Amino acid sequence: MTTTISAGDSTDTRAGVGLRLGGLRRAFGSTTALDGLDLDIAPGELVALLGPSGCGKTTALRIIAGFETADTGELLMGGEDVTGLPANKRDIGMVFQSYSLFPNMTAAENVAYGLRVRKASKAERAARAAELLELVGLPGRDKHYPHQLSGGQQQRVALARALAVSPRVLLLDEPLSALDAKVRLQLREEIRRLQLELGITTVFVTHDQEEALSMADRVAVMKDGRLEQCAPPNELYERPATPFVAEFVGTMNRLPGVVREGGTVEVLGRRLPVTTGQGAHPEAGRTVDVLLRPEGLQVHTGEQDGGEHATVRVATFLGSTTRLHLTTDSGAEAKADLPSWEAGSLTPGTRCTLTAHDNPVLVEERDNPVLAEKTAS
Amino acid sequence: MAGMKAATSAATAETGATEPGTAETGATEPGTAEPARARRPRRAKRAYGGALVLFLAALYFVVPILASLWFTVDDPAKGFTLDAYAKGLTDEGMLSALGLSLRLGLATVALGLLLMVPTMVVVALRLPRLRRVVEVLCMVPLIVPPIALVAGVSTVLSWEQDLAATPFYRTFQLLQNKNFPLVLVLVYTVMSLPFLYRALDAGLRGIDLKTLVEASRSLGASRTGTLWRVVVPNLRSAVVSGAVLSLAMVLGEFTVATVLGFEPFSVWMVHVGEYEAQLSVAAAMLSLLITWGLLLLLTNLAGGRARNRRKTTA
Repeated sequence: MTTTISAGDSTDTRAGVGLRLGGLRRAFGSTTALDGLDLDIAPGELVALLGPSGCGKTTALRIIAGFETADTGELLMGGEDVTGLPANKRDIGMVFQSYSLFPNMTAAENVAYGLRVRKASKAERAARAAELLELVGLPGRDKHYPHQLSGGQQQRVALARALAVSPRVLLLDEPLSALDAKVRLQLREEIRRLQLELGITTVFVTHDQEEALSMADRVAVMKDGRLEQCAPPNELYERPATPFVAEFVGTMNRLPGVVREGGTVEVLGRRLPVTTGQGAHPEAGRTVDVLLRPEGLQVHTGEQDGGEHATVRVATFLGSTTRLHLTTDSGAEAKADLPSWEAGSLTPGTRCTLTAHDNPVLVEERDNPVLAEKTAS
Repeated sequence: MAGMKAATSAATAETGATEPGTAETGATEPGTAEPARARRPRRAKRAYGGALVLFLAALYFVVPILASLWFTVDDPAKGFTLDAYAKGLTDEGMLSALGLSLRLGLATVALGLLLMVPTMVVVALRLPRLRRVVEVLCMVPLIVPPIALVAGVSTVLSWEQDLAATPFYRTFQLLQNKNFPLVLVLVYTVMSLPFLYRALDAGLRGIDLKTLVEASRSLGASRTGTLWRVVVPNLRSAVVSGAVLSLAMVLGEFTVATVLGFEPFSVWMVHVGEYEAQLSVAAAMLSLLITWGLLLLLTNLAGGRARNRRKTTA
């Protein structure tokens, strides 16, 4: 089922405008929301800004939209400096977290609002509104008022409204967070489909890693107003640049290991190469936390050599995989994901041997105060 | 005094909006009461209690009105007569006084809204810290009695003679033009601030102003365009209720107008009452009708859209 999209001539020329955030800094009183954010977004790319609340992702989006101004830094849209341009001159489309449709207008009037502001003719407005409502899967709802539409439908109309003006950049501020799980999943796929078809440069703010990983071309993980890493989803997951990214995206184990010569670390009876990430190599002989994904661990029944002995505490069946919660004899906790057919015999209480696959790993010094806090909680 | 009644009636109409709910339960309950009485006697009792309160309240408002009505149509010599009304409707003094009151009311509402809507929107969006300050300022006219307010105004107006040689003289004369005393509009605008503030504040709390404004801005609308196309339409019922209260206040205002020596409807009515009581009360009844008419009109203006919406749902 392919839908042809005639988004108007203007779209073709405007789609795919690059975006450059250069050294954006913004403080609110004593709190620093953005602390020198640099990010280049390619034309037609969908970049998700991901991070815990208070990391500055929303501030970054609002600066792109023109609702906030950066204290320092620059913002380029298609090579043009728009840092000082007011929001209504930026040619953007935005979908908000809360329902933002104008309650006094019908769905069609909402969609046509941007065109009315641009003084398009009545016929043109009506045609475009009908076209876009069909595009977002709501044909025939043009005469409905926002309060007559469900949350998901309202966000669809909001998306149609943002796209109606053929914006240079589409900004999505957690547009799915107010919706229930099923609608969220459906709309997520549709937003991505539309974005790809229109080729519109899109910035998507979310705190939901699954959303970011499944939709974005690249995910920009932020922390304390800075960019930790911006990479395609698979790279982010497989080769996180920092322990923060590693633990924020997906599940991570922290297991004690000892640093050895030659950029390796000894953990679970193996010597694994250490990826430097952004930090320096710790000296040999130090005890560190080794970050390992649950699927990067191997579990063998019985007490064998070449690994650490452990006891299965809980086994959670997740369909094709089973997640085991284990406690090693040295007292460390670990989670391991195994194909369910392998995990059948590993019931709670079973003694087993835990080892790791031979992949490069990230390590972090143990006397990190943040870490101590995390272990405590 | 009749002007006061007009104001009270406006207030009744306001509360009346919430009343039908109670009235409805009172009306529907007796029908369902037969089988339900055994199971829910308390509920039925409460409904009758509500009806009783409603009845007493109605008496309180209706009896004086009926008494006034009786007074205007009953002539000891001729029996039933509508002479007083015929006289009132043709009386030039009354028509000009009523016209003046209405014009003053409309000008006050227009000026008040022009002042308060943008102010409150800007405060809500950009200067939330000033919210308390604006609130207190707007409530001051409720605390300062009109007589104190007008004393200050007359003092200022008395500078007129000292300014005879300056261009301000013309301004002072313009302010006190008997045909349309702008000074009354200014004073009434101040007196209407509490009503406008309360109504608009409630309206602004009912919408997600920040998101609506940002959505409109992101779609290319200017600030004024946003105010006019998005904010005001969504504050419609708040604007209307603030306007109705202000209008009722102006129509009934007596103190300021009489001290400054102007003759809008309320002042005219009191003057006429001194020698023609029946005409004065008939005028009061007419003013009541006019106020009700205005209320009905404005409420329809505010509710029209909402009712249309409900229809489409059904």
